[in-house]
Amino acid sequence: MGVKMKQIRVGAGAGFAGDRIDPAVELAQYGDLDYLIFECLGERTVAAGQVRRREDPRAGYDPLLVARIGAVIEHTLATGTTIVTNGGSANPLAAADAVAEMLRERGLDRPVRIAAVTGDDVADTIRAIDPLVWETQEPVSAHGTDLLSANAYIGADSLVAALEQDPDIVIAGRAADPSLYLAPMIHEFGWSSTDVELLGKGTCVGHLLECAGQLTGGYFFDPGPKDVPGLARLGFPFADVSADGSAVVGKLERSGGLLDVRTCREQLLYEVHDPHGYITPDVTADFSRVEFTTVGPERVRVTGASGTQRPTDLKVSLGFQGGWTGEGQMSYAGPRAEERARLAGDVVVERMHTVHGVPSDSLTVELIGTGSAFRGAPGARGSEDITIPEIRLRVSGVLGTRAQAEAVRWEVESLYTNGPAGGGGARGTVTEVVAIRAASLSREAVETTVHTREVQP
Amino acid sequence: MILDDVADVRTGDKGDDLIIALLPRDAEAYERVTAAVTAQRVAEHYGLPPGAVRRVLMPTVTAMVFHLRGVLGGGVTGSSYLDGHGKTMGYHLLSLPLD
Repeated sequence: MGVKMKQIRVGAGAGFAGDRIDPAVELAQYGDLDYLIFECLGERTVAAGQVRRREDPRAGYDPLLVARIGAVIEHTLATGTTIVTNGGSANPLAAADAVAEMLRERGLDRPVRIAAVTGDDVADTIRAIDPLVWETQEPVSAHGTDLLSANAYIGADSLVAALEQDPDIVIAGRAADPSLYLAPMIHEFGWSSTDVELLGKGTCVGHLLECAGQLTGGYFFDPGPKDVPGLARLGFPFADVSADGSAVVGKLERSGGLLDVRTCREQLLYEVHDPHGYITPDVTADFSRVEFTTVGPERVRVTGASGTQRPTDLKVSLGFQGGWTGEGQMSYAGPRAEERARLAGDVVVERMHTVHGVPSDSLTVELIGTGSAFRGAPGARGSEDITIPEIRLRVSGVLGTRAQAEAVRWEVESLYTNGPAGGGGARGTVTEVVAIRAASLSREAVETTVHTREVQP
Repeated sequence: MILDDVADVRTGDKGDDLIIALLPRDAEAYERVTAAVTAQRVAEHYGLPPGAVRRVLMPTVTAMVFHLRGVLGGGVTGSSYLDGHGKTMGYHLLSLPLD
């Protein structure tokens, strides 16, 4: 008889910056977890964090990070669960300071070790090396606007270095989403960085869990074809991963939601344009032969993932100044609602040109409620005979100056007394845009560092 | 009959590109959808040039992925559309007629 193979349980605590907190608390309390992962970054989030950090050197990390960790820490310390997050965003050291401060105020019964990982911020290196921007094939310096941020997608190796410090909490910046899950597996099982088969399997598990509730019925529920119980109490998933890379994903039966083969196959393909080559900093994962098998209530076995060599270079997410978005909205209802909304949109577009000098092709007019979400795809409107009881006009544009963006909001609002009959409920916003582009950087040019501290009781 | 009668969708984005996973509800529907819903038909349905859509079949999970290049016009960070991610756009595929 062989010895029982080593196994760890990794739980999903957040799938995006704005995710719910209570499902993570439930999982930390009842999930018997070894690791709890908070994935908090999107393409825009790090760049937005860099902008906040420029205004305040103590800012730039995920605004909800302290609340997330504060909500679960009592349970994770009691069970010896290690928290791993990329919520350090543009400022992992300040995030670690803020978490330490929160822990000191809470009063703990034992020391807490926090490991912060820095080095993904490569703005200086990018300015010096001046690589080609993927989208334009021109050097970064040739971009028309200022570079606000450059963060390399760092992989599991940087996080494993932090886990070797035996921390309770690991706080990184732009670590790739699946790497947050893969790092504990590499650390616990001693997987080699060249064993692409195992790294592919672990990355597949990470990919399934990284959007948290999207594996347990969130973004899935569709009344009729895909019913899900208890959506308001949606539980987050976890995975039991063994040293040979085999894995079973599951959720707590006490929580709402649903985890079955259908939710797994949907999430496997989410945001994956090439299932044969899902590229991360750790491996080029191959999901093309993945299979799912039900092994119990809310338990699904994942098999068949593999991988090939990781890319030589790291991907860098670049944030450039991208102008200003201005938008205004107004409702029209009842007979001829669509005609009046369309006329109102025409009026705004004409005045943006004649009064504010904004060309009409830089504005977007959406008649929300008429199929505008499908952006003019043939047949998006459905039958022309449909009478629509209300329409929301929305005019928007990404424009060069704040004043132009303000004008969009203003021109829609001024329709109240100057536009078609019965316009109501005007709203508008003006926001600064960070345009995200990408570039490559050699691994040697990215050096990450682990900063460990201990918060005393 | 339309695609909505036999399949589900899940929509994601990557930069300017829309990625639609199409998931027929059983093995029979998978065969039928594989034969009927080609990359070219999806391109026509979204009003795109024929070369803009690529299809990858995933037989082990009886599903397929459509990669629609360039449809998001700047993606979530550069587009001023209400739904910059294009998350709502996948459901348009389900109105595709099936014979």
